[in-house]
This record gives sequence, C-alpha cells and structure tokens, in this order.
Amino acid sequence: MTAARKSALEIATPEGIVFSYELATPVPRALACAVDTVAWLGMAYSAGRIATGAGFLSPDWASFLGVTLYFAISVGYAIVLEWRWCGQTLGKRLFGLRVIDAHGLRLQLAQIVLRNLLRPIDALPLFYLAGGMTVLVSPKGQRLGDLVANTVVARECRREIPDLEEIAPAKYNSLMAWPYLARRLRTLASPEAVHFALLAVSRRGGYQPLARVELFADLAAYFRSLVRFPDAALEGLTDEQFVRSVLRVIFGPEGRI
Amino acid sequence: MILDLARFTAVERPYWEELESVLGKFETDPGLRMSLDQVQRLHYLYERCSADLARLDTFSTEPRLRDFLESLVSRAYSQIHETRARLTLRWKALLRAFPCAFRRRAGAFGLAAGITVFGAAFGWFAIRYDPQAKAVLMPFPGLMEPPQQRVAKEESAKIDRLKGVKATFSAELMTHNIQVAVLALAAGITWGAGTLIVLFDNGVILGAVAADYLGAGQGAFLAGWLLPHGSLEIPAILIGGQAGLVLAGALIGWNSREPRNARLRAVTHDLFALIGGAAGLLVCAGLVESFVSQYHQPVLPYSLKIAFGVCELAALAAFLTWTGRE
Repeated sequence: MTAARKSALEIATPEGIVFSYELATPVPRALACAVDTVAWLGMAYSAGRIATGAGFLSPDWASFLGVTLYFAISVGYAIVLEWRWCGQTLGKRLFGLRVIDAHGLRLQLAQIVLRNLLRPIDALPLFYLAGGMTVLVSPKGQRLGDLVANTVVARECRREIPDLEEIAPAKYNSLMAWPYLARRLRTLASPEAVHFALLAVSRRGGYQPLARVELFADLAAYFRSLVRFPDAALEGLTDEQFVRSVLRVIFGPEGRI
Repeated sequence: MILDLARFTAVERPYWEELESVLGKFETDPGLRMSLDQVQRLHYLYERCSADLARLDTFSTEPRLRDFLESLVSRAYSQIHETRARLTLRWKALLRAFPCAFRRRAGAFGLAAGITVFGAAFGWFAIRYDPQAKAVLMPFPGLMEPPQQRVAKEESAKIDRLKGVKATFSAELMTHNIQVAVLALAAGITWGAGTLIVLFDNGVILGAVAADYLGAGQGAFLAGWLLPHGSLEIPAILIGGQAGLVLAGALIGWNSREPRNARLRAVTHDLFALIGGAAGLLVCAGLVESFVSQYHQPVLPYSLKIAFGVCELAALAAFLTWTGRE
C-alpha cells in the first residue's frame, strides 16, 4: 500500500515476453461510475414502471416484482455487464476502461461478483470515499473490491494493424529504388519520430497551411539527416510527400512499392 | 538485427489475424469449449505471435505494430495460462459448489456460530438482568409489547393483517437479509472486525428475543414463529459471516508463506459459492417468513410449524453435509 502508484501493469509471460496494461486513473473511473449509476437507476426506474403497470393483475405481486427488480438491478447491473462484456459496463465502455485480472489471466465470474459485492464498503462513508482513497494509495490503483478480487481497471488499448493506404497510398516510391538505403532508414528512425510522423500525416487536413508546411519541413529534415538519398530519389518531392514516402518505406510491403 | 519489416508483416499477418479471430470467439462466448486440435492450434498461434513480438523488440521503428502484437499476446496469454477451473453456470455444478465450499471452510462457520452464540448469551443475560434494555437491544416496534400481550393478540386475530401485502413483505425480507449477508461478507475486508460485529449484533438480538419470550413462558409461540424461517435464515447469515471470516483469514494469512494475492485468489471461488448459497437460502427464508411464520395457532398449529422448521433444518444440514461428497 505504501509503494508508489504505477501507471502500467507489466506482465512477464513464461515465454519471456513482457507486455503491459495502462492502468486507469481515478477521474475516468469516477466518471464511468457516475454513468453506470445513472444507467442502473434508469433501468430500475423503468423496471418499477413496468411492475406498476402489472399492478392491475395483483398489486401485491406487482410490488413484489418492483422491490425484487430494483434490488436485482442495483446488485446485478455491473455483475452481468462485466461478465457478458468481458470486464466492461456501459460507463467503462464509454470511457475506454476494462476490468482485468491483476495477473493478466482470464477474468472469472467469481472475481466480478466479489469486486461488485464489496462496493458498499468502498462507498463508505459517502461517495466512494473509502474506495477512492484506496485507489489513490494502492500501487495498482485498486479499490477495496479490486484488492479482494485480484482485479485492476485498465485503459483499453486494442490496437489495429496500421492502415497503410490511409497513411501513404501504394504509389511509385522513389526511395525504394535504393533498397539498401531504405532498409538503413528503417533501422535508424526513432519510434517516437515515426509515431509523430504518423500522427502528422493522419491529421494533416486539420492544420493551418503555414503550420503544415513547417511541421513537414521539420520532419523531412529529421529523416533526411538519418540517411542521405541521392538527389534523383528526392527530385520533385515536397517535404510532405517525402515524409509519406518514408512512412511507406517503414511500414509498406516491398512488393507493392 | 536488421529486420525486413515489410516481408515480416506480410508473412506473419495471416497468423495474427487467425489468432485475433479465435480470441474474438472466446471473448464473445465465455463458455466456448474447444477441441484438442483447436487448443493445439491456439497454442501454436500464441507462441508464434510471442516469438514475433520478441523479434520486434529488437527493431524499434514500429511502435504501433508492437502495440498491436502486445495486445494480441496479452489477450491470448489470459486464455492460455489460466489454470483455475472455469465456473460452470449449471444448476448441478452450483448446487455442488456451495456445500463443498461450506465443508472446506467449516472452521470459519464454527467461529461464526460461536460469535453468534456469544452474542446471544450477552443478549439473554442483558434482558434477564435489565428488562429496560429491550428498547436498546430490540429496536423493532413489533417486539416492544410484552410477549403475552402479543401472543394473545396474534392467536385471537380475526383478520389477516398481511392480506394483500404478503408478497411485498417477503420481497422486503429477502432483500434486507441478503444485504445483511453481503455486509457480513464484505466486512471481512476489515480483517474480520466488521464481520464479528455483524455476527455478534445478530446474536444479541436473537438472545434478547429468546430471553424475552421464554421468560414470559411463550416458548411454543417463539419456536413456532422463528423455526420455519429461522432454520434457513440464521444459517444463511452465519454462512455470510463464514465467508467474511474466510476473507479475513486470507487477508491476515496466519501460518501461510504465500503472498496476499495468492491467498485471496485461493478463496475467491469459495467466497462466491458461499455468498451465492446464502442468498438462495435467504430467498426461501423470505417466502417462508411471510407466508408461513406470521400465521399462528389456531390458523397453523405450533406443532406443525415446529415440525416444518425442524424438517427444513434437517434437510439443510443433510444438504450441506452430503451433497457433492466424493
């Protein structure tokens, strides 16, 4: 409990691979919790209306239905959704969060039930103060229910394979006429710069014209400084075209260039 | 190492896509069962993607591809390296899981029962030596009047005071009692102190009520009133307390060299089975309390009610003792 709060949960597999989950911070969790509270209250209200509507058959059994449905929804909302949606509720889905096992293993129904049954303790004395304080001081950002159930709440980052057609369409690429230099460029370019270039290309339509020119000039200068291509390869290429050609070199399958 | 990334991606992509599709099936259907061939294929794909990720680690220009593979490997890891038995949501499996967990953690049940008996003894002596303590120990309007007066009123009642509200009353009893059982479990997070308080408090109320009615010579009424639902309700609350004490035991970790996470992981399924079983019992107890316990002689003879309660208790004891035993 005294260790510094981590921003990521790292899992080392027996195969020698290390992967990580980005841990959710308290604010998105609180917002997701607020959305879920509104959602289950809305569902409970609707169930209450339905039960009231059934009152013409038997007011007593309609009231029975109302009480039991309210209870079942207040307790079962998060349990059912986290079980069926693999660790997500409506609020968590909205804010890109997911409950996962603290050891990276498959989330079990028993874990989901336990973490949700401990909510009343986390909610003490008011507005999840006990749970909130535990999230702040626990190294993995766990509330009391998470500690008992061995779960953590992570930010969801399911990645897609980069869409090359969007980044750099498969046209003739003059840089690939010098394959040795192209491979050297792949090896030398830093991940941060490549990532930055990807963002710049994907958002290029949203920049002011002057800013766009300056941004791509800087990026092109960086990539040119890594590998010096012959003038024939660069002839007629604007800075932006050069950066897109570089990305195609880095990501693209050789056969299509 | 210089990696021909384009060629690498082109060759490996079909395997990544195949693994992603298998994982997608698992995630949309948590109960999916695979054949041996499919499991072997999943394992092969996982190892191949792990190897791809390891190769990519030495090649720094591909953060997005690395993130993608990391995400894929982590999802596959969670499916492949899970060794805990999957909980099957079938009635038979659930009915066996509850008594098995109860017997595995019988010591905690004994402790919960002991604390409740201790509380009952306290309540008993408190009422016997200080009758004015009734207002403090039993703060329920129905229990405030003298037992003889209540018994006379109940036995001479001409109208059904629960007419038209029996089902609602049973729902309120069920939800309240389930909340108490869950509280007894959840309070185990306080290293058991909260659970002990809940159990002791329940014991005090039981002891005080028993002292009040037995002292007034209304033993038959008390047994006829409490046994039909109490033979399910009291064990269910004790089982909730048992779960809380199991949780506390895992947190404290006496005589255990395992880390806290491992201890908690070892009791997770038992806690789930215990609280699920207790909730089931409390649903039955709520219905019995509303539809049977509130009717007294001459409507329902005490002997019949007591016999019904004893039968329930015997059936519950047999269920917890024998079901699921190898």
